[in-house]
Amino acid sequence: MGSTQALQEIMKWNGWGYSDSRFFFNKKGQAEFTGKRYKLSGLIIPALKDWFESTFGASLQHKTPPILNSSAVHPPTLNETFVEELKSTGIPFSHDAEDRVFRAHGHCLHEIFALREGKFGRVPDMVIWPNCHNDVVKVVELASKHNVCLIPYGGGTSVSSALECPPEETRSIVSLDTSQMNHILWIDEKNLTAHVEAGIVGQDLERLLNESGYCTGHEPDSMEFSSLGGWVATRASGMKKNIYGNIEDLVVHIKMVTPRGVIEKSCQGPRMSTGPDIHHFIMGSEGTLGVVTEVTMKIRPMPEYQKYGSVVFPNFEQGVACLREVARQRCAPASIRLMDNEQFKFGHALKPQVSSIFTSFLDGLKKFYITKFKGFDPNRLCVATLLFEGDRERVLQHEKQVYDIAAKFGGLAAGEDNGQRGYMLTFVIAYLRDLGMDYYVIGESFETSVPWDRVLDICQNVKERIVRECKDKGVQFPPLSTCRVTQTYDAGACVYFYFAFNYRGLSDPVHVYEQVEHAAREEILANGGSLSHHHGVGKLRKEWMRETVSSVGLGMLKSVKDFVDPNNIFGNRNLL
Amino acid sequence: MASTYRDSDRTGRASEEEFVDILEERRCSSDLGFALRTFNPQPYQRASPFSTADLNKAVLESQYLRYVAKEIAMETGSSLEEVREEAYGILDEISQNMQLGFIRLLGYTLTKVFKRLFTCIYVNMEGLNRLQQAIQETPVILMPNHRSYVDFLIISYILFTYDIPLPVVAAGIPLAGMKMVGEILRRSGAFFVRRAIGSDKLYWAVLSEYVKTIVRKGYAPLEFYVEGLRSRTLKSLTPKLGMMQMVLEPYFKGEVFDITLVPISISYDQVVEESLLAHELLGVPKPKESTMGLLKASKVLQKNCGTMHVNFGHPLSVRQLCQDKINRCQYNLAPRDLPQTPNAEVKACVSWLAHLMVRLQEQGSVVSPWSLMACLLLQAPVAVLTEEGLPWQQFIEKTLWLRKLALDFGASLNWPGKASDSDVMSSTVALHCSVVHLKAGRVYLVQDEEPQRKHPISPEQGVMSAAVAVLMLASYRNQALHIFVRPALLATAMHITKSTQRDELFTVFGFLQELFSYEFIFIPDNMSQDFEEACFLLKKCGAVHITQNEVIPSDTGLEVLSFLQALLQPFTDSYQVAFRYLSEDAVPVFTEKQFLPDLRDQATKLILSGELHTHEALSSDTQKNVLSALQRLEAVTKLRASNQNEYKVNKAAVRRIGDILSGKIPPQNLQTTPDARL
Repeated sequence: MGSTQALQEIMKWNGWGYSDSRFFFNKKGQAEFTGKRYKLSGLIIPALKDWFESTFGASLQHKTPPILNSSAVHPPTLNETFVEELKSTGIPFSHDAEDRVFRAHGHCLHEIFALREGKFGRVPDMVIWPNCHNDVVKVVELASKHNVCLIPYGGGTSVSSALECPPEETRSIVSLDTSQMNHILWIDEKNLTAHVEAGIVGQDLERLLNESGYCTGHEPDSMEFSSLGGWVATRASGMKKNIYGNIEDLVVHIKMVTPRGVIEKSCQGPRMSTGPDIHHFIMGSEGTLGVVTEVTMKIRPMPEYQKYGSVVFPNFEQGVACLREVARQRCAPASIRLMDNEQFKFGHALKPQVSSIFTSFLDGLKKFYITKFKGFDPNRLCVATLLFEGDRERVLQHEKQVYDIAAKFGGLAAGEDNGQRGYMLTFVIAYLRDLGMDYYVIGESFETSVPWDRVLDICQNVKERIVRECKDKGVQFPPLSTCRVTQTYDAGACVYFYFAFNYRGLSDPVHVYEQVEHAAREEILANGGSLSHHHGVGKLRKEWMRETVSSVGLGMLKSVKDFVDPNNIFGNRNLL
Repeated sequence: MASTYRDSDRTGRASEEEFVDILEERRCSSDLGFALRTFNPQPYQRASPFSTADLNKAVLESQYLRYVAKEIAMETGSSLEEVREEAYGILDEISQNMQLGFIRLLGYTLTKVFKRLFTCIYVNMEGLNRLQQAIQETPVILMPNHRSYVDFLIISYILFTYDIPLPVVAAGIPLAGMKMVGEILRRSGAFFVRRAIGSDKLYWAVLSEYVKTIVRKGYAPLEFYVEGLRSRTLKSLTPKLGMMQMVLEPYFKGEVFDITLVPISISYDQVVEESLLAHELLGVPKPKESTMGLLKASKVLQKNCGTMHVNFGHPLSVRQLCQDKINRCQYNLAPRDLPQTPNAEVKACVSWLAHLMVRLQEQGSVVSPWSLMACLLLQAPVAVLTEEGLPWQQFIEKTLWLRKLALDFGASLNWPGKASDSDVMSSTVALHCSVVHLKAGRVYLVQDEEPQRKHPISPEQGVMSAAVAVLMLASYRNQALHIFVRPALLATAMHITKSTQRDELFTVFGFLQELFSYEFIFIPDNMSQDFEEACFLLKKCGAVHITQNEVIPSDTGLEVLSFLQALLQPFTDSYQVAFRYLSEDAVPVFTEKQFLPDLRDQATKLILSGELHTHEALSSDTQKNVLSALQRLEAVTKLRASNQNEYKVNKAAVRRIGDILSGKIPPQNLQTTPDARL
C-alpha cells in the first residue's frame, strides 16, 4: 500500500500531531520544542517551566512517561464473505493492529490517556482506503449486504468520542478511511467554487488552492489534520469565519453515500426554497447516516494583505464589552479573540528566548507602561488578539476602526507579536498537553456558544464550577481553569474553556477529569450555553441531546436515521 | 412515612458553640477609641469598587427598569419622563447611603446604649469566622430573626467590631420618617421598604432591581428579616417571600455563581418593649415611630435587660440547597432582565428556603431559664397565680425537670453554670419583676404596673389587666415553643384521638399542623419528617414506646405528655372560642375591624363566667391567625370585590373543624389548598 498511509507514518500514534514535533524539558530544565514545522520549532522557551510548575504545582521530578505497547490489541473479528467480496473490488484494506489502533480513537483526554497506558478497548477490525466516490459506493453496498458496521474516518481529530467503537457492537467494525480521496477535482473560476474530494486535509486544501491563487479561508484550529468530510459531518467552524463563514456558509453542494443510495442536490443554485435544506441533515450527522465523498465549496482570491494585532484591556469585563461593541457595529476582523488573564499569562510563558537585549529591553518598557503607567493590574488584565485580512488600504482602515472602539473600553494596542503568538498557541496547545501528561498533568478544552448578555456570567460560573468540583473530587492542586471568547456573532459569542490539573495523589484521574467536565457542561447548559458550538456531540455529549433539541426534535432526527440507515450500518452511535 | 428522623439532622446547634461577651472589652476601653478604630474589612473578592451613586445609577439605567417604565407609561398614558422621574423618587426613598463616619457615630452611641441595657452580649466567634470567610467567597445574605427594635443594627455593630464588611439592611419605611434618626440609619446602611407594596408595579420594579443589583455586584452583605415584621409574640412568623425571591433570583438566573445564606438567631433574656407588645396585642395601637417617641422611650434605657445572644448560624450555599430543586435552564429562552413571573417550581423552592431559614433561626436560638419558667407558669390557673401564688420550692423542682426535658429535646439553653439553680431562678424572677414577684416562698403574677387606683376596677378591666401579664408570659413561653412544638402536637393528637394507632395519629398530627400553620412555622411538605421527629423525641425522653403501627404512652410518660398537651391547650382553647363565635354568633359577612373586638368581648365574657381558662384568646395575633387558618382551610373566604377586608364565613365548615379539634369527628374530608402557602 506504500504511500497510502503517509500521514500515519509521520504522526504520533498515542499523542497529538507530528512525531518530530514535541515539547520536552532539556538537561538544563528549559522547555524546547523540536522539529522544523512551526515557528516555535527548535526554540527554547525559558518561562514555560516556571509557569508549568507554579500553575499546576507540578514538578519535573515526577514523570509519567507513556508505556509503549501496541501488541495488546485484540485479534480482529472478520466477516469472511465481506472480506472475500471486498478483495475482488481491489480497494485497499488492512487488518494490521497498528492501522486499526490508529483509527480507534480521537483526541479526547480519556482516549489518549488509555493509549499512553497501553490500554485498548474495542478497535476496528479492519481499515479500508477507498480511492474515490465509486469505491465508497461499492464498500457501502457490500457492508449493507453483509451487515458490517462502518465508521467513517477522516483526520482523526474528533474530541467527542465520535470515533470510539461502541463496545456493545458485535458485528465486524470497518474503519472507512477517506484519506486517499484527497484531490481537488475542479476549480470553477467564474462562480468561485471548487469541487473537492472529502478526504482532503485542511492544510493540503489551502496549499493546493493557494497554488492557483485561491483559498477557502476555512481554518479550524485542527486544520493541519482535520478533513473536509469531517468538517461537514460535525458542522465545523473556522477561525476566520467572520470573512469566510462557517462550513454551512461555505458549502454549495454535498455528495454523500448512504445505505439507501447517494444523496445530493441537482444543481448549484446559491440558495433554494425547496423544503428543509437536505444539507442540514448531512451537516452535523457525525457519520451516522453515510460518508461524505465530494463537496463543492466556495473559494476566494487569496488576500493581498494580512496583519496581526492585539489589545490589552484592564480586565475581562471591559474586553467582553469591547467585543460586543465590535459585533454590534459588525466590524469584526477576520478573527478576534479575547483571552482571560490566566490564558494571557499562559501565552506569555510560551514566549521563546529573545534574541537581543534590545527586544527584551522593549518588552520591559511595554510591561512598565501597561502596569505602572496605565495602572493595569497584571492579575486582572486580559488581551484580545486580532487578525485582519484584505487589501492593504482597507486593512489599515479597518484596524483603526477596531482600535478606536477598543480605546473606548480602556484597551491599549499591544503589538503584532502578541497577536501572532496568541494564534500560535492554538496550534501548539495540543502538543503541550502531551508534555503535561509526561508530568502528571491532564487537561482538555471544551466550548459553547452563548448569547451576549450571558458571556461574562458563563465564563465566571463555569471556571468557578471547575475549581470547586476539582476541590470536591480531591484534586490536590488548584486547577488551571481559563477561557477565551473565540468567535463573535450578531447575537452571541463562542466561548472556549481550557481546563487542566495535576493529578498526583488521585487513583483514577481520568474518572475525576470526566466528572469535572460533566459538571462543567451542566453548568454551561444551566447558564444558557449550547451543548456545542463546533466540536459536535459524538458519544461524549449524547445524554444532553433530548433536552437540547426537545423530544420532538430528537424524534425527527431518529426518523431520518431510520429511513436512511435502517440496519444501522453506520453504527458509530453518535448523536442519537 | 418512610422518612426517618435522626438527632444528627439538627444542624447549627448553639450548644456546640463558644460564646464570647463582646461588651467585656467595651467596658474596659475607651468608647471613642472603639468608634475611631481602623476599619479595614476583607470584602467579597469579585466586588469591584462601587459607590452608592454607582449603585443607584446602575439601578435606574437597568434594562429591567427601562422596560417596566415603558410599560407603565403605555398603560397610564403618562410620559416616559414622568415615570422615570417617579422611579427616581422611589429609589431616593429606598436607597441607603452608607458612610463610615456615621457607622462610627453609631458605634459610639450603641456602645453606650448596649452597655447600659445589657449585662452581656454573647456572640459565637466561630460563626463570625465562618461568616468572614463566606463574605469573601460569595454574596452573603444575613437573615436574623426579629424580636425587638434592638435587633436593628446589632449585626452591623458586631461586624464593625470584628472588621467584617458592613451589611446594607432592609428596614420598614416608618423608620425613615423619623427626623434625624431616619437619616442616621440611612447613612449606617439601612434601606427602606414600604409595608404594603401590593400591585404598585413601579415600586416593585425599583425595589427588586435595587436588591438584585446589590446581590449581583456583591456590593455588600444584605441583611433582611425573612419574617417581614418584628414578631409581637416573640414567636416565629410565617416567612415573607417577596424579598427572598429577589435575593435568590441572581443565582437562579446565573448572574452569580452562588449565594450564601446565614441564619442568625438573636435571643433576649428580656425584650425591651415587652409590655408595649402585650398592650398592642390587646388592641392598644402601637405608637407611631417618631424621634420624639424614641426620646421619651429613652427611660427604658434605665432598665436592665439581662443578656443577649447573637448566634451566627452555618453559612448555607444556595447552589447546594437548590440542587435538583431548580432547573436554571428555564431562564434560557427570555432575556434575563425582563420581568418574569416565577413558576410553581421556583415559588415552591423560595418558600421552602424561607421556611428552612426560620427553622434554622429557631434551632440556633438560645433559650433562657425564664422561657422555661413561663411555660410552667402559664399552665397554672390565672386566679391561682394572682391570688395564692405557686410554692417556690415546688416550682424550682418542676423547672429543673423541664430543663432536663428541653435538653433531651436538643435545646440550647442559656442556664448559667456558675450559680446554684435556685439563685439562677431568683435572679431571673428579679429581672422580670414587672411580670412576677417572689414573696414568702411563693411566686405571684404581677397584675398591673400602676399603683393601686382610687376607685375599684370593673371585672372587664380586671381581665384585661391580668391579660397583659399573661401575654407577656406567653411571649417568653413562645421563645421556647420550637423545642417542644412537634412532640406537643403529637401529644395533643394522642389526647384528642385517645388512640395509639400511628396512622390515625399521623392524620390528626397533620390536621393540627395545618390548623396551627400560622402559629407554628413548619417547613412545607415536610409533615412526615416532623411526625418522625416528634415520635423520636417522645421515645428519647421515655414518654412513649414506638412499634411498627403504634405509639403507646409509657407508664412514666404521663408527666411529659400532659405537660406537652397543656403547653398547647391555650391555643386549642382560643381556637375553639373563635370557632364558636364564628359558627354561632358572627354575622355571615364581617370585616376584620368588627371581628377582633367582638371576639375579644366574647372571650372576656367566657373568662369571667369561668368557661374559658386562657387569657391568650384575647390576643389579636391569635385571632388573626384563626382567621388566616380558616381561610386556608376554606371555611372562611375573603371577598375580593370589597375594598375593605370583608370575610364570608361557612358556619358548617367552621363547626366541623371545631369538632375535629375536639375529637368528635375524625379529620377526613378536610379540604386544603396545597398552594396556599406559596
